[in-house]
Amino acid sequence: MFKNKIEYNIRNYVSMEKTKTNINRRAFLKASALVGGGLLIHFSALAKFEIAATSVNAVNPVQWNELTGYIKITADNIVKILCPNPEFGQNVMTSLPMIVAEELDVNWKKVIVEMGAHDNVKLGPQFTGGSNSMRMYWKPLREAGAAARRMLMEAAAKTWGVPVEEISTKAGMIIHEKSGKTGKYGDFASKASSIPVPKNVKLKDVKNFTVVRNSQKNVEGTKIISGMPLFGLDYRMEGMLIAMIQHPPAFGMTLKSFDGTEALKMPGIKNVFKLKLYEDGFEQGGFDTRTFNDLLVIVGKTTWEVMNARKKLIVEWMPAGDTKDTMGGRGGKKEVIVPGELENTTNQHQKMRQYASQPAQELRKDGDPETAFKNAAQIIERTYNAPFLAHNCMEPMNFFAHVTADKALLVGPLQAPGWTEPTLAKVLKLTPEQIEIQMTRMGGGFGRRAYGHYLVEAALISKKANAPIKLIYTREDDTTYGIYRPMYTATYRAALDANKNLIAFHVKGGGIPEHAIHANRFPAGAVDNYLAEGWQIPSNITIGAFRAPRSNFNAAAEQSFLDELAEAMDKDPIDLRLGLLKRAKESPVGKNNEYDADRYAGVLQLVKEKSGWNGPEHKKFSRGVAAYFCHNSYAAHVVDMTTKDGQPYVERVFSAIDCGIVINPDAATNMVQGAVVDGIGNALYGGLTHKNGVVEENNFHKYRIIRMHEAPKKVEVHFVQNDIDPTGLGEPPFPPVFGAVANALYKSTGQRFYQQPFSSPQQVIPAV
Amino acid sequence: MLTLNINQKTYTVDANPDTPLLWVLRDMIGLVGTKYGCGVAQCGACVVHLNGEAVRSCVTKASRAEGKKVVTIEGLSPTHTHPLQTAWLDLDVSQCGYCQAGQIMSAAVLLKENKKPTDQDIDDAMAGNICRCGTYLRIREAIHLASELQEKQALGK
Repeated sequence: MFKNKIEYNIRNYVSMEKTKTNINRRAFLKASALVGGGLLIHFSALAKFEIAATSVNAVNPVQWNELTGYIKITADNIVKILCPNPEFGQNVMTSLPMIVAEELDVNWKKVIVEMGAHDNVKLGPQFTGGSNSMRMYWKPLREAGAAARRMLMEAAAKTWGVPVEEISTKAGMIIHEKSGKTGKYGDFASKASSIPVPKNVKLKDVKNFTVVRNSQKNVEGTKIISGMPLFGLDYRMEGMLIAMIQHPPAFGMTLKSFDGTEALKMPGIKNVFKLKLYEDGFEQGGFDTRTFNDLLVIVGKTTWEVMNARKKLIVEWMPAGDTKDTMGGRGGKKEVIVPGELENTTNQHQKMRQYASQPAQELRKDGDPETAFKNAAQIIERTYNAPFLAHNCMEPMNFFAHVTADKALLVGPLQAPGWTEPTLAKVLKLTPEQIEIQMTRMGGGFGRRAYGHYLVEAALISKKANAPIKLIYTREDDTTYGIYRPMYTATYRAALDANKNLIAFHVKGGGIPEHAIHANRFPAGAVDNYLAEGWQIPSNITIGAFRAPRSNFNAAAEQSFLDELAEAMDKDPIDLRLGLLKRAKESPVGKNNEYDADRYAGVLQLVKEKSGWNGPEHKKFSRGVAAYFCHNSYAAHVVDMTTKDGQPYVERVFSAIDCGIVINPDAATNMVQGAVVDGIGNALYGGLTHKNGVVEENNFHKYRIIRMHEAPKKVEVHFVQNDIDPTGLGEPPFPPVFGAVANALYKSTGQRFYQQPFSSPQQVIPAV
Repeated sequence: MLTLNINQKTYTVDANPDTPLLWVLRDMIGLVGTKYGCGVAQCGACVVHLNGEAVRSCVTKASRAEGKKVVTIEGLSPTHTHPLQTAWLDLDVSQCGYCQAGQIMSAAVLLKENKKPTDQDIDDAMAGNICRCGTYLRIREAIHLASELQEKQALGK
């Protein structure tokens, strides 16, 4: 196999690295002893290095001085900052180190950023998801940067024999003004690394930031556009084999028998075997979700050879029938029956209608909704539906694993190593210290890569094949595997009195296999009489977090319904919402209202202003508005629709976001623009259907993804300027897009759209 | 044995001639900039240049590339400063980055054949490249910027 020169130099270089640290952790000693481990990660770091790799030799190894788990500085003043959270396009690999660099006071342009290893002791929770990275790491990273700066100042003060109060810093330089002495951080890094990490160090005033709150370029931008290896699928190791799993063709089916004889005759094929993922009674955690437990595996030398040989596998599948899963958790062990039915989309709709007409679980009740509805002058009732969605990350699921008797090295795309490591330990019968997980850049995540079944699969395959292997899911494998966004429905009812005041609000939501209702979200708190109910239908179709779970449907349904309400009440849609929010602020109904009415109103007011809402100059557009609160942030959009090639087309969008302090403004803008495009695409086109348990859309020719010509020409993003600690941004802008699109469609076509995807035939589903 | 000219270098690989060029590039030669997204020519992550034409390497047999010049993202510019690459960095286009090599390779052929593409031209040329992160607006802007940079370069500015 071709080995390029750069890889070879890196391997030499890596062995020359030494780190001096005052942090003594067992976890730190998990440095891989397996050949080639960490190759990809170190390659990323060195590309930005000022010292050419070839200039390193055995006499002069690079010595890193570690100041907290995030910062390493050499005597030559080279600063490396580790990113704790894996990157999937949300810019954390740039934004999180920016926070450290700000408080550390170094020249950002010279900083080397490296993806951290899995080390929850040194690097925190390391969980990418829930729009949590900024919120979780804001304080710890600021404190780390400030503490390290303090350690350097103290080291300089000691060296120069002056009080530390007289020391100042400037972009990687240490200054003692009184004597005129200066030095580089690197001069004191070694001494500083022996100083205990101080606590309660004063942080900068957020108004004085020079790195954070200023747009910085993606630290891996150059690598991306020049085709450098970055993703899990790019990771390679000498002697690595390729593995694929032949999954059952349908949910509810399992492996009966197989004959690998013909496949084994194919060029490059090494092995065909079956394996069990979890043993009977294995207690699954929330992120151990898997669809199929009895796996048929084929292993070979190259990807194409394995793809080809798979077709020669002779397999008999059979219905699995009802099966049992054991779920662990705080409440103790629980057995769950997984139904064996081979599902059809038409049956799913029928079942949902049936369940919707039956009593459901009460999630919240304020006042007396039953009486209010009885006395209503007018009742408006609408039902909304949305299908299963597949994440369809551009990089399909894959993971590298090399498992030996006493070690496991795993490398690939994963959102939360801390959640899968315990499962790996149990399944492989190794201790966490024996397991090393390295996180590559992910070609998309969207929540899909929080579920580490594919790591466990890769590890078990490696163990059985007794070789390093890369497990690859083809696009078809990936799209049909499951862990989908659930199928949802919700019926909204509103009661108006004779003066068209809103006196009661009722939402009854359901789903397969769970409902989407957030009972404490707006308009709860704004209506005297309020009822939220939920129901669910178990299924063998597996589900998982999908960019703003539950919210991604809720916002669509609820924000469409509010639009219809506004029309019935002769109110402007924004004014209706602002009126309700005013009520929620001044005399809130009930408890635990999960939003700040001021901030929610703030994004509506901002988008109203920036979009020129109701302005005559925008008459040619069909405008729809929606707003939502989720994952601690607020978002509002005005979607402007026209027609293109005879189809409704979102030509431009105005977005107003309140996510507190914006770490990297241009990257944040990119993220919001992307969420808008993603929202339009899923609202208009996304969706999976099933026939006898078989997924009917198994690749992009059937599962429609929004493309360039369908994307808006302009998405103008405005952030509310405040100094509130940063909250999330990956998910919050996404849900309200669906609602705004539905509302714009109404203005454009005169028709209300109740069923996603909106490009599908809008059947009339009989009212409950 | 297949003899291939990739990025102005000659490679001899022991591959079945029916192997898609994508997998010869990735698995056998080690050029992983060209990506696998779908395998059925729907997403564009695998686009490379074959004698200057944009082709989807996931469905292009390696034998078809024999005797021709193959250019991948790694070889688009020896210094990675093709106007598109410069524009991509200038406008910080990428989010996850997985689709971007294919986007750039498709756009490169557009800009070679059409020095000043309109938005409609961009729509038509780029409709075959999917971006799940939704960076289409920036891709469009970057193509316009690259067109200007290209013009400046041609005028010797």
